[in-house]
Amino acid sequence: MKPRHRRFAWIGAGLVALGVAVALVLNAFQSNLVFFFTPSQVIAREAPTARPFRIGGLVEQGSLERDPNSLTVHFRVTDTAQTIPVTYTGLLPDLFKEGKGVVAQGTLAPDGSFHATEVLAKHDENYMPPAAKDAIEQAHKTKAMTMSSMK
Amino acid sequence: MLINWFRFASPVSFYPIAGRWSFAFGALAAVLAGAGLVVGLWIAPTDATQGDAYRIIFIHVPTAWMAMFIYLVMAAWSALALGFNTRLSAMMAQALAPTGALMAGLALWTGAFWGRPTWGTYWAWDARMTSTLILLFLYLGVIALRSAIEEPRRADRACAVLALVGAVNVPIIYFSVQWWNTLHQGSSISLTAAPKMAMTMLAGILIMTAAAWCYTIAIVLSRVQAIIVERERGAGWLESLIEWRAGSEH
Repeated sequence: MKPRHRRFAWIGAGLVALGVAVALVLNAFQSNLVFFFTPSQVIAREAPTARPFRIGGLVEQGSLERDPNSLTVHFRVTDTAQTIPVTYTGLLPDLFKEGKGVVAQGTLAPDGSFHATEVLAKHDENYMPPAAKDAIEQAHKTKAMTMSSMK
Repeated sequence: MLINWFRFASPVSFYPIAGRWSFAFGALAAVLAGAGLVVGLWIAPTDATQGDAYRIIFIHVPTAWMAMFIYLVMAAWSALALGFNTRLSAMMAQALAPTGALMAGLALWTGAFWGRPTWGTYWAWDARMTSTLILLFLYLGVIALRSAIEEPRRADRACAVLALVGAVNVPIIYFSVQWWNTLHQGSSISLTAAPKMAMTMLAGILIMTAAAWCYTIAIVLSRVQAIIVERERGAGWLESLIEWRAGSEH
């Protein structure tokens, strides 16, 4: 074995050992690396109760209610399995929309509702021009109509 | 045909090649960046949900990719420098660090200005953003470590070890959006799935990425020339080159 082969072997072994160590550390911190909890996790009591945390999911269709006299809004966050009602007072980001992703920070009240102090919009990885979006929505509607007429 | 790669490992033979390639790639980078900006800012359509704010991806995505890729290249040169004990490999790693730091800084900065209108915040401590910030600090750490050690050969080895250790962060950045719930959205473009964006948008990103590659190659080769001049200043070949250059100007 030439000295340089031995050096490369040491570099390789060092990187493997480091990789394993990092993988173990990341695995141990798994729960702390989560940016938000899903409504199902909150219902399953996996979210912290004593301190503020974030919940993430989709704003349920038709759930958004604005208080006419203040900036308070009520909406429900869903992961399609469970939903959590959320109350928030303040300005909503431009991308906040029913059916779109949202991440809210706040605390869980004893009645199971979530009191948010900050609401962020989470957008998805799809980028398309408005015309393409209209076409997709139109296609969904047509599909829904044919489905219902078949029943 | 068998190429003797070790010939290029010598600063003497690499210096003139670096100069020629640096110029060619610099010119190519300018042309590609011009074309990419025209595609990105005028030809690509407005996004349906984000409006025109999305156009920052034409800078954000190429710089973020570049920041991760440059780190891997720097780590690879560092491994070669440690293994073969070649001076030029360490010089390449040294030349890559400032450009990598620039790319990481640009990705974070453009990301913050994108996050404000789309998410509603400049910064969040989610896994993607935090690991990218660590990447920037790793670059700055490599640069700082180099200037902290007086003797160049010792600095080479110390920086190479730090660069290799930091390389574990790159896959963490890349896969963070898959492994954990993050505020940052998942990948729109990957090698294994169809791109989740309009074709002209994708074209703009890819052209800008090619421009970022060419810029990086040009600037790093130019920087490696400066490093060679700085570190080999006692060597005879360099002095004769300078004398020859000075002679040809008169």
